[in-house]
Amino acid sequence: MLEIEIDGKKLTVPGGSTVMDAAHSVGVHIPHFCYHKKLSIAANCRMCLVQVEKAPKPLPACATPVTDGMKVHTHSDMAVTAQKGVMEFLLINHPLDCPICDQGGECQLQDLAVGYGGSASRYEEEKRVVPNKNLGPLISTDMTRCIHCSRCVRFTEEIAGYQELGMPGRGEHTEVMTFIGKTVDSEISGNVIDLCPVGALTSKPFRYSARAWELSRRKSVSPHDGLGANLVVQVKDHRVKRVLPLENEAINECWIADRDRFSYEALNSEERLTKPLIKQGGVWQEADWQSALEYVVHGLKDIIANHGADSIAAVATEQATLEELYLLKQLFAGLGSQNVETRLRAADFGLKTQGATWLGQSIVDFVGSDAVLVVGSTLRKEQPLIAQRLRQAVKKGAKLAIVNSHGDDLLTTLAGELIVRPDQLVEGVLAVIKAVTEARGVAAPAHIDLAGVEVTDAARAVAAVFEGKDKTSIALGNLAQQNPRYAELHAAAAALAELVGAKLGVFAAAANSVGAQLAGATGAGNVFAQPKKAYVLLNTEVEFDTANGAEALAAVQQADMVVALGSFGSCALEHADVILPVSPFSETSGTFVNVEGKPQSFNGVVRPLGETRPAWKVFRVLGNLLGLENFGFNSSEEVRDLVLAGDVAAKLSNAAVAPVAVKAQAASGVVRLGEVPIYQLDMLTRRAPALQATADALAASQLKANAATLAKLGLAHGGNAQVKQGAGVATLAVALDAGLADDVVRVAANLPATRALGALTAAIEVTQA
Amino acid sequence: MTVYVKGVVFEGVDFDDPNSWKIDAYIKRGGYAALKKILQEGITQDAIIAEMKASALRGRGGAGFPTGLKWSFMPRSFPGQKYLVCNTDEGEPGTFKDLDIIVNNPHALIEGMIIGGFAMGISVGYNYIHGEVFEAYQRFEAALEEARAAGFLGERILGTDFSFQLHGHHGYGAYICGEETALLESLEGKKGQPRFKPPFPASFGLYGKPTTINNTETFASVPYIIREGGQKFLELGKPNNGGTKLFSVSGHVNRPGNYEIPLGTPFSELLEMCGGMRGGKKLKAVIPGGSSAPVLPADIMMQCTMDYDSIAKAGSMLGSGAVIVMDETTCMVKALERLSYFYFEESCGQCTPCREGTGWLYRVVHRIEHGQGRAEDLDLLLSVGANIAGRTICALGDAAVMPVQGMLKHFRAEFEHHIEHKNCVAPGY
Ligand SMILES: Cc1cc2nc3c(=O)[nH]c(=O)nc-3n(C[C@H](O)[C@H](O)[C@H](O)COP(=O)(O)O)c2cc1C
Ligand code: SF4
Ligand code: SF4
Ligand code: FES
Repeated sequence: MLEIEIDGKKLTVPGGSTVMDAAHSVGVHIPHFCYHKKLSIAANCRMCLVQVEKAPKPLPACATPVTDGMKVHTHSDMAVTAQKGVMEFLLINHPLDCPICDQGGECQLQDLAVGYGGSASRYEEEKRVVPNKNLGPLISTDMTRCIHCSRCVRFTEEIAGYQELGMPGRGEHTEVMTFIGKTVDSEISGNVIDLCPVGALTSKPFRYSARAWELSRRKSVSPHDGLGANLVVQVKDHRVKRVLPLENEAINECWIADRDRFSYEALNSEERLTKPLIKQGGVWQEADWQSALEYVVHGLKDIIANHGADSIAAVATEQATLEELYLLKQLFAGLGSQNVETRLRAADFGLKTQGATWLGQSIVDFVGSDAVLVVGSTLRKEQPLIAQRLRQAVKKGAKLAIVNSHGDDLLTTLAGELIVRPDQLVEGVLAVIKAVTEARGVAAPAHIDLAGVEVTDAARAVAAVFEGKDKTSIALGNLAQQNPRYAELHAAAAALAELVGAKLGVFAAAANSVGAQLAGATGAGNVFAQPKKAYVLLNTEVEFDTANGAEALAAVQQADMVVALGSFGSCALEHADVILPVSPFSETSGTFVNVEGKPQSFNGVVRPLGETRPAWKVFRVLGNLLGLENFGFNSSEEVRDLVLAGDVAAKLSNAAVAPVAVKAQAASGVVRLGEVPIYQLDMLTRRAPALQATADALAASQLKANAATLAKLGLAHGGNAQVKQGAGVATLAVALDAGLADDVVRVAANLPATRALGALTAAIEVTQA
Repeated sequence: MTVYVKGVVFEGVDFDDPNSWKIDAYIKRGGYAALKKILQEGITQDAIIAEMKASALRGRGGAGFPTGLKWSFMPRSFPGQKYLVCNTDEGEPGTFKDLDIIVNNPHALIEGMIIGGFAMGISVGYNYIHGEVFEAYQRFEAALEEARAAGFLGERILGTDFSFQLHGHHGYGAYICGEETALLESLEGKKGQPRFKPPFPASFGLYGKPTTINNTETFASVPYIIREGGQKFLELGKPNNGGTKLFSVSGHVNRPGNYEIPLGTPFSELLEMCGGMRGGKKLKAVIPGGSSAPVLPADIMMQCTMDYDSIAKAGSMLGSGAVIVMDETTCMVKALERLSYFYFEESCGQCTPCREGTGWLYRVVHRIEHGQGRAEDLDLLLSVGANIAGRTICALGDAAVMPVQGMLKHFRAEFEHHIEHKNCVAPGY
């Protein structure tokens, strides 16, 4: 520890601290632009110059290491003269177009200029003008405002993992730009908007739609992936205008993914439903809530009376809140049906655990592992911020390995990489288990049958990442959870974890995947395979939210009654009989339980649009109309407290023991690697125009295969192919993906173009088109 | 033109002989004897560094840092890779001495670097050569080949356990890549931008490894020091200013060129060696150490001796040893405009005061030169300069300010005249 003095305050700080760190710890604010606690030190803006006794010149606080006995003055004449000098330089070429700048009111340059700037400029020469750049559909540029702090550049390189922005040019000609002809395509790119201290990088969808000071700031939680990123939702006139991160070091740090930031556009979409709709004589009619709910109650009662309670089923996506899912389940239980399911993209429901599957530890502990194996995941797109944290972990020395069905670049160094066909993921994990048993001279547990398992060098490299490491983790991603042999895959991963002493985790595909299990809204399995007479769909577009859209659509189309609860009329116009407008996350109170089992409750940030109602209230009324007991809740908090009573941690478990053995792969033909594109995850992302214009979204509907498979199928990169599963047919553009195993074609699911196709991991016919 | 008067770098070089740069000629004039002496007589690393310290050799790249001391900073026992880097990026206006060295006596540099490698326990070196002198780069590569073929460079030098690899690397002509940490960035393949220090290259240099960087002339002086002894080198010059030095004399003299002369030689003698003022004109001012050194008027300059201490005492600096001589026809406003344009153009743009301030300085001087000066401009220049100097990441910021300060200190009246009368006091050439 070192003893120093800042502005007369004595303090002790750990060795290696900078003057900036030390000042922070005693609440002394030093003006700065380029410094950011999550980025490397650039020391280029020079705004943080302070006086250090015995140093002849002012020194940058952000880059000056503390030495014992150092005396720092942040407000002395020397310091303030230097800071004012820098401020003057920053302003001479700045356009000072604050009145038309979206950053106005929340601009660090503007704020600091109040304290350090002059009231008139001494600069009377010509000012610099910098051409704007096209960074894609999310980020707007006004490059003349750039103060060259390089935060955005450092972010893309250090946090996003790939330097999509650079600063070519010298001196005054230095400009922030992308590679020629490229845009910024990272899935977490929007963070540069927050990092940019001025209005050079601003939000494109938000552009010119409100002034910072007109917005109210309300806390919320992201409704997309299972991380549970904390949000500040900014609203004006009861409309969501913008979404920013709320810093939470334990969860999202100070970042959010682009999905979290830009999906709000859907909340204001034209497709929002504001009144209940009932289809009468094949024509949609607006209805009042009373009649719509009575219609639902009568309909359900009728069908149960005629066909029994097992003839009705409810499905919901895991973006629904804990409270909604619990009440839906209770409603069905009251009606005598256990047919409630949220695992709509699963193909195998055989896994038996003693509690809800989860990360197995806190996010911070997980990314603090010395070695991590991720099984079956398009990690950057499924879990953009966990991928980011793992990248930082690798930089600090952690080893990362994957067993996966594709080799998508994780923008970090992999210590092991085993790529197998999607129908061979189980065998992939078995190979790693066998490699461990061989390397360590130990036996696998009895329920793991290693007969016929082939150990490759790649499997050995994966196994080796655990060698000599104390804190190790294994996590199963979305691709694993969607696998038709998920129960075996999970059991195999559990056995591997046991063998190497790792913690087993399951990534949560959606905001409330863990909460859905705690609410008891799972267990029915596939309710579409044997079609039911009636379906209740909560927040679900069957063709886009399920593993087999064709099958699900057929099931609801043949049903006698379909009740859809959703925020968008378009979600079920083709097949529902009643559509009830229910609140998206922004218009209701509720709770999501994130991947680490942490319940995060939130309030509505705006009032429900039109006659939209929170779904939990709709279920409460339905319960009462149906005369069911225990539906007298006064608030969503009462529901939550009931569901989460007792120790939540005790209700989480990934332990699973089941026999696992090699299964011969399908003899011939190609297998589909189906996955959910990043911006098709849920109803909101699907309706966010800016997200739909990203490179990720535009590339989603390509068919991909490796060179050998393309050749075998007679396809060429850039050409077209026709694919067929059952009766479903689609014509897709073809692209080369060298990271795939032989005989695998990657065809994304849940897209308009591919909704007619069948199962995610199954045989697929491919021909030239 | 290169004139060898007395000294170490060009000792014995025959500038009229096209083969004088070659290894045979170099060996004939005593070349590689120092290296042999070290390897064959078992001279220790400590002894070499002690000899370097005794020589009082100061870095010839501009800052004049004592070389022996710099070499002693290298953590010799550091177990990983360490690097030795030579700075031949020479891009400062007026400086053209290093070019002459790699063209006319490349083996002196190579031998100096090998000795440096031995003394600091380094096995890999690079020479970063300014990109706009491509033939010189090729000459250096040819010399490297000769040294390798002769067993002075590469694996197991002269049959001993000592190995040293040396590579040439050419840049693309950015002045900023002469700043040692920008040079390292550029050598790593990145944009040439100075790094913030600390950490210094001795602990975090090329690829993050301990690295020693010296100027071409510095390394080229090493063989003499080892061969003849540090004391003898020191005595060539004067205390604290050991040895001889190359001065690149340009401007209004009869014989511009490189002059290798003892440190401490009176400026008046150097001027005489250069054949005096061109056309018999009167000396007006001299920039004694490269474009960033403050200008000195003739009367002060004529009192100076050419060494670090004397020039510093007169309010300027010896820098790289580029002596820019200006006669009475020179317009100081025009001269400063040219200098300021250079720093404006060459600023890497990384840090605010230099990126924004160099342009501001240039534009104001440009206005004055073009008859649009204002009375308050001169104080503005000094004030802007004060806001740059000492506030930047590297010394280019200071380098841009010193010419302004020097000019306004000694020739303010000429600037005032320009502002008031919108024309020049100097008669023009
Ligand atoms: C803007 C700038 C440009 C420089 N250019 C050169 C150069 O061209 N050659 C050189 O040897 N040193 C140059 N230097 C000095 C180097 O940073 C460094 O101090 C020198 O190479 C060390 O060698 P020495 O100790 O042998 O002088 C420059 C410094 C600055 C700030
Ligand atoms: S665009 Fe913004 S973040 Fe990037 S360098 Fe310029 S001011 Fe900094
Ligand atoms: S002082 Fe100038 S050249 Fe040096 S780092 Fe700063 S901007 Fe670049
Ligand atoms: S904050 Fe320290 S130099 Fe920018």
